Amino acid sequence: MSGSETEKEAHTTATEEAKPEVAINMIPVFVMGKRYDVPEGLTIMKAMEYAGYKFIRGAGCRGGVCGACATVYRKAGDYKIYAGLACQTVIEPNMYLTQIPFYPANRAEYRFEELKPEPEEIFKLYPEVFRCLACNACTKVCPMDVEVMDAIAAIKKGDIAKAAELTFSCIQCGLCASRCLGELPQYHIFQLARRIYGAKIAPQAEHLKQAAQAVEEGKYEKVLQELMGMGIEDLKILYQEREIEPEMAGEDWEPADKRHL
Amino acid sequence: MPYTEELKRLIKIVEKTRAERVARKRRGEEFPLMSMEERAEVLKYHPDYGEEGRREIKVGPSKGYRVAHEIVDLLEARSRVDPDAVDLSQIHVETDVLIIGGGGAGTAAALLAEEQGAKVIIATKLRHGDANTMMAEGGIQAAAKMEKDSPYIHYLDVMGGGHFKNVPELVYTLVTQAPDIISWLEGMGLMFSKLPDGRLKTMHGGGTSRKRMHYAADITGIDIMRTIRDEARNRPRISAMEFSPAVELILNEHGHCVGALLYNMETEEYHIVKARAVILATGGCGRLHIQGYMTTNHYGATADGLVLGYRAGVGVCFLHTVQYHPTGAVFPEQLEGFLITEKFRAAGANILNIDGEQFVNEREPRDVEAAAFIRECLVRGKGVPTPTGKLGVWLDSPMIDILHGEGTVEREFPGKFIAHKRFGIDISKEPMLVYPTLHYQNGGLEYNANGETVIPGLFIAGEVSGGVHGENRLMGNSLLDIMVFGRIAGKNAAIYAQEKAKKGKLTLDHVRAYHRELEEAGIVTDRVAPMLLPDYTDPEVRKRQLTAYYVGTLR
Repeated sequence: MSGSETEKEAHTTATEEAKPEVAINMIPVFVMGKRYDVPEGLTIMKAMEYAGYKFIRGAGCRGGVCGACATVYRKAGDYKIYAGLACQTVIEPNMYLTQIPFYPANRAEYRFEELKPEPEEIFKLYPEVFRCLACNACTKVCPMDVEVMDAIAAIKKGDIAKAAELTFSCIQCGLCASRCLGELPQYHIFQLARRIYGAKIAPQAEHLKQAAQAVEEGKYEKVLQELMGMGIEDLKILYQEREIEPEMAGEDWEPADKRHL
Repeated sequence: MPYTEELKRLIKIVEKTRAERVARKRRGEEFPLMSMEERAEVLKYHPDYGEEGRREIKVGPSKGYRVAHEIVDLLEARSRVDPDAVDLSQIHVETDVLIIGGGGAGTAAALLAEEQGAKVIIATKLRHGDANTMMAEGGIQAAAKMEKDSPYIHYLDVMGGGHFKNVPELVYTLVTQAPDIISWLEGMGLMFSKLPDGRLKTMHGGGTSRKRMHYAADITGIDIMRTIRDEARNRPRISAMEFSPAVELILNEHGHCVGALLYNMETEEYHIVKARAVILATGGCGRLHIQGYMTTNHYGATADGLVLGYRAGVGVCFLHTVQYHPTGAVFPEQLEGFLITEKFRAAGANILNIDGEQFVNEREPRDVEAAAFIRECLVRGKGVPTPTGKLGVWLDSPMIDILHGEGTVEREFPGKFIAHKRFGIDISKEPMLVYPTLHYQNGGLEYNANGETVIPGLFIAGEVSGGVHGENRLMGNSLLDIMVFGRIAGKNAAIYAQEKAKKGKLTLDHVRAYHRELEEAGIVTDRVAPMLLPDYTDPEVRKRQLTAYYVGTLR
């Protein structure tokens, strides 16, 4: 079954295609132990697609931020286990790999609004946090360079803010949980820590509530209705007359024209 | 791979002009913004402006409308299933509200529907949260600093960005709901970047007249998605069916939407989910690779919802424009299409040609900015060539550390910093090479400010819809869009489910009618839609896959 000419063309010219444009040097990689020869320089994801795999699981954003394509691999003659995201990791000759698109990890359920900003809340929901053996396997496997073990240590010490900051880049791929001797679901614990920090520890932005309330009270209703009734030409004039906040202006900048604030 | 010797030589040219450019930036001297006439002139080089990329849709509610070939190909395609083969009496599961799509819009909708007391199922093609939402980096707009900004000014910015063609009632809703959205997210624990007193940090984006972009470092979308998904998982009345895309909407004898036919991609079964109301929140179309462009989009962005809604009778609008993000990576090869957030430019990084010269202000609306890059590379011949024969322009990220202090790039852009570091490029010391990349579906299915479509019981939210952004969306308004209209659709769908939903016999007659219309229009095709997933198999391999059919995952 084939698409139209345009569709075919789009697909073959799409720059993301796993097709090399320069001289092809083929290298062997072993996908779950089976050898495929693929062009060097590809990411693991593109190499698998080149070989004929079509992902249902194990592919997501293709930009290194969603955690769908966690992959573990070894290199020939090297005892070490390595991990990376398939969409970001470039293949090496004789690498042998498998994806871990899912790893079971218990997640606690909670009523967020009832939680207090105290570490005991986390301990209650995730008592296994104290099973951490400080082996640091989680940190070593993290494809985002999160200091996973340090963040768990921070939680144990009751420092939710530090745990939240340390795990901000977590993409919840689950590799940490897959390697954990203490059987911790680190990435779920961190999610809880970040939410408690963001909503209940970090200083809150009062100006948001004021702005929302001003809308609620109809402060802008009249001027907005005027804008909505305006023709394109009149809107264009207003648009071009806008006062632009300078890029390097500080937080205290205020416009000269305050009519519509 | 790190920069080649040739690119390193060209970077030296950038370094030569850097001190002077930094000094100009410090003095507040910017490259002049274009007048409306100059904008019109440069937009001729934008991919949307070439008629050869489009053709008329020959069937359906928007028959005669010219949109990209790749989209028409999907609209002029048959259902994945023979309607006669589906037994509509076999209901797999029933719910109050069925949400198709598990990204930001769908998840926000689920939370609000659940708060109205509805039982909610989120059916999603990949995992819950696998969506473009996750990939949004820049931030989320809201006029929330009353001493310098207001929804009035936000409204003007949105309209100007959209060429003044946006649907006014939708823009009104977008800008007025915005401050409450940020407050709602903060209350759920989003880690916004803040000043010590709790005020939110804000930045400019292309086309904004005030700094109203709120952000969580350079992973705002991730933080929104993981936070609201976490909240959805806490709610006992919300459940998610993963790897189960909808392939058709199901109507009833009154023409109301009452569910969908889902396809379990893993077991290859089709299931009927019956609902009292349905929300389409399937996102965009980047993986169609319109006009052959690389894309920043998620693997699943294949315009499924457009196909479903259109077949059921919802028209499309503003779909003739597609947004190309000005700054997608073109080097290294492995990062191609990778989104480089507009925030780099907002933080002071210049855009430069091969001679290290500025040729455009960094904060033009996206279509204007992208068109200026294309003109510089293809018309003026001032692009920087990559080892694989592509062209790009420099994004001078090291300026940010010079302007705001060493370590700023690594701290404010951790995602981009790590991604480049993996290839031996330190973006706090070396500039990035960028080119426009397919980013966003500006238009989509028609709806109103209540999230309603012309089909009772069918609501929509997010990128699948069209109207609020007119012909061009501004940075920071898509995260806002999915939150605002996700919440509205969720709430109204739940109310509809309780108060207005009418019982009736289930039918796929609209699919049969669509097939007849295709035949009457002389469209003989074996294409099927929705596509579900793009195909990146090597064409030589594909030739040998004798029993696989490659339009989506149909096997």
